[in-house]
Amino acid sequence: MTVKLGVPSKGRLMEETFDWFGARGVGLRRAGGDREYAGAVDGVEGVELVLLSAGEIPRELAAGRIHLGVTGTDLVREKLAAWDSRVQEIAPMGFGQADLIIAVPNLWVDVDTLDDLDAAAAAFRRTHGFRLRIATKYHRLIREFLKENGVADYQLVDSQGATEGTVKNETAEAVADITSTGETLRANHLKILSDGLVHRSQATLLKAYNAPWGKGEKATLARLLAQLGLDG
Amino acid sequence: MSIKPEARAEALRLRAFFEAAGARPVEADILQPAETLLDLYGEDIRARAYVTSDPLRGERMLRPDFTVPVVQMHMADGAEPARYTYAGEVFRRQEHDAGRPSEYLQVGYEVFDGSDPAAADAEVFALFLDVLSPLGLRAATGDIGVLKAAVLGLSTTERRKQALLRHIWRPRRFRALLDRFGGKVPVPAARKALLAALERGEDVFAKAGPENGLRSRAEVEARLAALREDAAQPPIAAGEVEVLNDILSLKEKMPNVVANLGDIAVDLPALLPAVERLERRMEALAARGVAVEALDFETSYGRTQMEYYDGFVFGFYADGRADLPPVATGGRYDALTEVLGRGTSIPAVGGVIRPEIVSLLRGGAA
Repeated sequence: MTVKLGVPSKGRLMEETFDWFGARGVGLRRAGGDREYAGAVDGVEGVELVLLSAGEIPRELAAGRIHLGVTGTDLVREKLAAWDSRVQEIAPMGFGQADLIIAVPNLWVDVDTLDDLDAAAAAFRRTHGFRLRIATKYHRLIREFLKENGVADYQLVDSQGATEGTVKNETAEAVADITSTGETLRANHLKILSDGLVHRSQATLLKAYNAPWGKGEKATLARLLAQLGLDG
Repeated sequence: MSIKPEARAEALRLRAFFEAAGARPVEADILQPAETLLDLYGEDIRARAYVTSDPLRGERMLRPDFTVPVVQMHMADGAEPARYTYAGEVFRRQEHDAGRPSEYLQVGYEVFDGSDPAAADAEVFALFLDVLSPLGLRAATGDIGVLKAAVLGLSTTERRKQALLRHIWRPRRFRALLDRFGGKVPVPAARKALLAALERGEDVFAKAGPENGLRSRAEVEARLAALREDAAQPPIAAGEVEVLNDILSLKEKMPNVVANLGDIAVDLPALLPAVERLERRMEALAARGVAVEALDFETSYGRTQMEYYDGFVFGFYADGRADLPPVATGGRYDALTEVLGRGTSIPAVGGVIRPEIVSLLRGGAA
């Protein structure tokens, strides 16, 4: 009968999530020591805290193994096909803001828009014999964004970290990554396309449509949402 | 969703029909090298096909269609003219509609015969029409070659024409380019500022930082030169854009379209060869007993399908069943053979039928 709430298991995202719930009278805390991934909930009966990697929360929600979860909207859209038929966004939480953007080298003074990127990609493919490479870990989001905007002659190469370095290392010509301040981009001589904002992400409280929502769970959810000052 | 025995029987029946029409039955590996397909179709194919990896052979793809392996087989050891047929599973990822199968049957018929393209187009269409006739389907036809000719007929720079041709299969970007080349939308502010700086002889690289990545400064400079050149060109005349729009929106019975395009070609002679091809195809279809006066033709048909269809295109649809994908689709794909053959193109036309849908429409259960 318990409602399982999945929360990021470490770092700032976890702390800010705890703070957000705490400010609304719901105490979340780790049960044991710092290394134990078990949690406890004070202030609302029937809610169980599950500590998970932020990247796994979308999958767990889609599978219905947790009822509620906190993670970035970028991860939800990237990891879940037809995401809005599987989870509901209950509330944006006002932290964990990050923009998923497309960036190119500063050297490309001829490229400011997606239109330019497309033209540069066509010329690049003619010159080099392969498609212009964009390094990213957000394959689905970037592919759909570029398709929607009619950009052709590119390919995505997978980059799970240090994505901004791929241009200098010549394993990619452009990057698509999340940024909050743009600091890393600038340090790596990259600039954001003026229409290259793919998605504006922030930490969000989500509900899984597919989880076992019995009478008891629904009542618990209503109590939790009331405590948080949210409508169902 | 497993493939039903009736569908499999239907696939064999269809393949036997194409064999009787003179095609040689061929097979293709289910695991295809991913690189060729990715290079050909781009990133979109990743969204539509299953990519897997083999420790020794690298990235492999579960056959998303038979066209590429059949073309490759033909290029390796086929003598012309050749006709092939095949039947088997293809695999497609479904990211948006869980109701669509990710594994289904395709039966195809492909003709590699350059002696008379109009006759080959008509042969494929007439065979499909014949074998599908008991189902009472609606046929749609079009011709990407007409679009290409219309673009090439514009009185503007080669570069603009090539940019438009490249995006024939992406109607939204095509429209955006046409609006820009036609002066309908203003030059973006950043572009305007860049052009002005170039005009003043400023060093636009002053704040650009170091060389970074594989795209060199020389490549950037080449594009800057192209941008300046383009800015000096007058917009495409409004009248020409209008004619192009008229051509794009033609949707009538085939003989009327041919007549219409013939009229347009009086002022746009570049269109003539395409119109003549259309006429020859219509005659070839009529000679095969196709009722061309009742056949729908739509210039923009096929623009959102496979990028490499570059001439005649067709599809067969079950009216009143918008929930079903097309029962059959096909067309001419000389451009694909050109890319696969690294510049050597082979005239090729063909199509595929989905036996599961045929079997469903025949009154069998889904």
